[in-house]
Amino acid sequence: MDFEYSDEQKLLAETLRKFLNTGYSFDARAKIMAGPSGYSEDVWAVLAEMGILGVPFDAEHGGFGGTTVDMMVVMEALGEFLVVEPYLATILGGRFVARGGSAAQQQRILPALIQGKLKMAFAQTEPGARWDLRHVSTGAAKAGAGYVLDGEKAIVLHGGAADVLVVSARTSGGEHDASGISLFLVERGAPGVKVSEYRTLDNLRVADVKLAGVRVGADALLGREGRGFELADEIVDYATALVCAEAVGAIKYAHDATLEYLKTRRQFGVPIGTFQALQHRMVDILISYEQARSIACLACVKVDATDADERRRAVSAAKIKIADACRHVSQEAVQLHGGMGMTEELKISHTFRRLTSIAQAFGDADHHLERFARLG
Amino acid sequence: MDLNYSAEEIAFRDEVRGWLRENLPADLRDKVLNYRELTKDDLLGWHKILARKGWVAPFWPKEWGGTDWTVVQRYIFEEECGAAGTPPIVAFGVRMCAPVLLRFGTDAQKQKFLPRIYHGEDFWVQGYSEPGSGSDLASLKTRAVRDGDSYVVTGQKIWTTLGHYGDWIFCLVRTDTKTEKRQDGISFLLVDMKTPGITVRPIILMDQGHEVNEVFFDEVRVPAENLVHEEGKGWTVAKYLLGYERMGTGNIAVSKRELARVKAMAGPLLDDPRFRDKLTRVEVELMALEITNMRFLDQLRGGRAPGAEVSLLKIKGTEIQQALTELMVQTAGPFAQAFRPVNGEGSFDRLTASLLPRYCNVRKATIYAGSNEIQRNIIAKATLGL
Repeated sequence: MDFEYSDEQKLLAETLRKFLNTGYSFDARAKIMAGPSGYSEDVWAVLAEMGILGVPFDAEHGGFGGTTVDMMVVMEALGEFLVVEPYLATILGGRFVARGGSAAQQQRILPALIQGKLKMAFAQTEPGARWDLRHVSTGAAKAGAGYVLDGEKAIVLHGGAADVLVVSARTSGGEHDASGISLFLVERGAPGVKVSEYRTLDNLRVADVKLAGVRVGADALLGREGRGFELADEIVDYATALVCAEAVGAIKYAHDATLEYLKTRRQFGVPIGTFQALQHRMVDILISYEQARSIACLACVKVDATDADERRRAVSAAKIKIADACRHVSQEAVQLHGGMGMTEELKISHTFRRLTSIAQAFGDADHHLERFARLG
Repeated sequence: MDLNYSAEEIAFRDEVRGWLRENLPADLRDKVLNYRELTKDDLLGWHKILARKGWVAPFWPKEWGGTDWTVVQRYIFEEECGAAGTPPIVAFGVRMCAPVLLRFGTDAQKQKFLPRIYHGEDFWVQGYSEPGSGSDLASLKTRAVRDGDSYVVTGQKIWTTLGHYGDWIFCLVRTDTKTEKRQDGISFLLVDMKTPGITVRPIILMDQGHEVNEVFFDEVRVPAENLVHEEGKGWTVAKYLLGYERMGTGNIAVSKRELARVKAMAGPLLDDPRFRDKLTRVEVELMALEITNMRFLDQLRGGRAPGAEVSLLKIKGTEIQQALTELMVQTAGPFAQAFRPVNGEGSFDRLTASLLPRYCNVRKATIYAGSNEIQRNIIAKATLGL
């Protein structure tokens, strides 16, 4: 057992933070969000150049061959700075290819992704599905050597930015069956793909993706036909562990900013941090932060476990605690900031929104309570 | 970062587990697992078994009997003890008096007391709180007046845990009433409880148990050689000790065992989402605390005294303990009501009957060793700088 980040991990975090400190100020971020795409190609190029896009991928494709704990330090930094670039969505898409793709698919996608030339997204959610990965009614019908895809996906994280979408579609079985789901690599620009983008309140982008008679070749099938659920379950767990780490970074910011505010804001002639009613609430924020960090470590370490149930258990446990901590810390941070915490002008309100969104991402606490319980 | 045990750590775990299986007396184990009262002989008996093995004070320096275990090995040992259902090692001697002597004691004091503490020859207790001095400990009034080679101690201590078993008591006493800062008038004394003038009176708690006491001192003569550190430096000693006192209060290993028992007792209640979700949230909190605990212990590797971090472990650990006792009561449903048979046993079950008293008893956990509110004050000041 060992609880420290390695020297390489510390260096990685330091390099990334150094860039974000200078190149990703709160004002710079505001400009990026206001732009047409909602992210910055320049920032993306820097992330590629620094190797951040390649952290989890194998060296043979130009990656760093990093573990999920390596990714944890990256996600923490992105969380702290509320980075809006489609990083998580792209890594999630790339992970599908790295874990389930053929050699040819990996060769086509991963080097380009790592070099910053290709973005990805996972088109899974359908109206009414909530976070159930089995709920897939989008169809994939055999057509010659390939398939024709028809259906509607919604709230696809960074679906508008993606060059290639991983689409879940049913090749057999009923709407809620685990078996019969297949995964396809679909070019966003392919005929029949219609993407409608939305801004989220935490300033990311999501998209509805309509698929009408979209023709793909046999080489678009990711992994085995009908066995997409197992792969999606594993990859979404991976993304969940990453978003837990992102939450830790955002919670850290909320903690630091609130503590600073308690020390500087004066009322009744004294800093408000001298009031015990507020001190104890601040301590509870610290406790939530430490507990969130611990459970995120657990998720990031166990998400690579070979035993799928061990992985599911750790990830769901982590998401329960992270969702609770997101809610607790974000609400308290705004409350302790008073009226200022409500304003668009302060980063704390943006952190509040991101934490609120992370609490729901890849399943809210109730979803994971149910999943954890079913694992026994 | 790696949360898996190494091959050596697994071998160590198996060694501890095997040894406990062979050496933990079944009657002691049954008492622990059925929440029955442990006598002085039970507690010291287990202490002596561990002392003979060399495992009673792993964190002491090696020259005095420490084991040189890593942080992880210490944790594994605690976890295995928790899972096996060993009696606790009473903290007052091994975890509290001894670290103080190691840090502040004279050579003579170390030679005299440490081997006896190690081998469980004396039962140590703690004389801190007084009727007027709970959270505000520095207001304590028990007087120690220097008279030749002795101090003469007069006053009262309260909430003295297992005071009725005590052979020795370490006390905070006031040696000077006129200092500008009241902390500067406090000294740390070791008192033989067989000395004339000491009276121990039980306090019965709401679970009907006798665990805590009042201890009265009426002109008790204590040899001056039993003063630890300098006169007037008792507060320094007390502050050093506070970290150690709270270190064992996370009770993570025991909570893991209790969590498993709640699940076993819950039966079909586990299918009730209302109950199950409450239980899962406690379980998840405990999973996180286990890692938090090890992260903090890891930071103490250099031999640094534990600081405000352990306050966090105390707060969360005791909240979890309490939540588990509450869930356990819920598993018994209406049968949690029966406490003692009056005439005939009928449906009476001794284990079930112990659940509600235990729930009552564990309310103490967020009050003792510095209430959780005091712990929050400590974190606010020491960690957050508020």
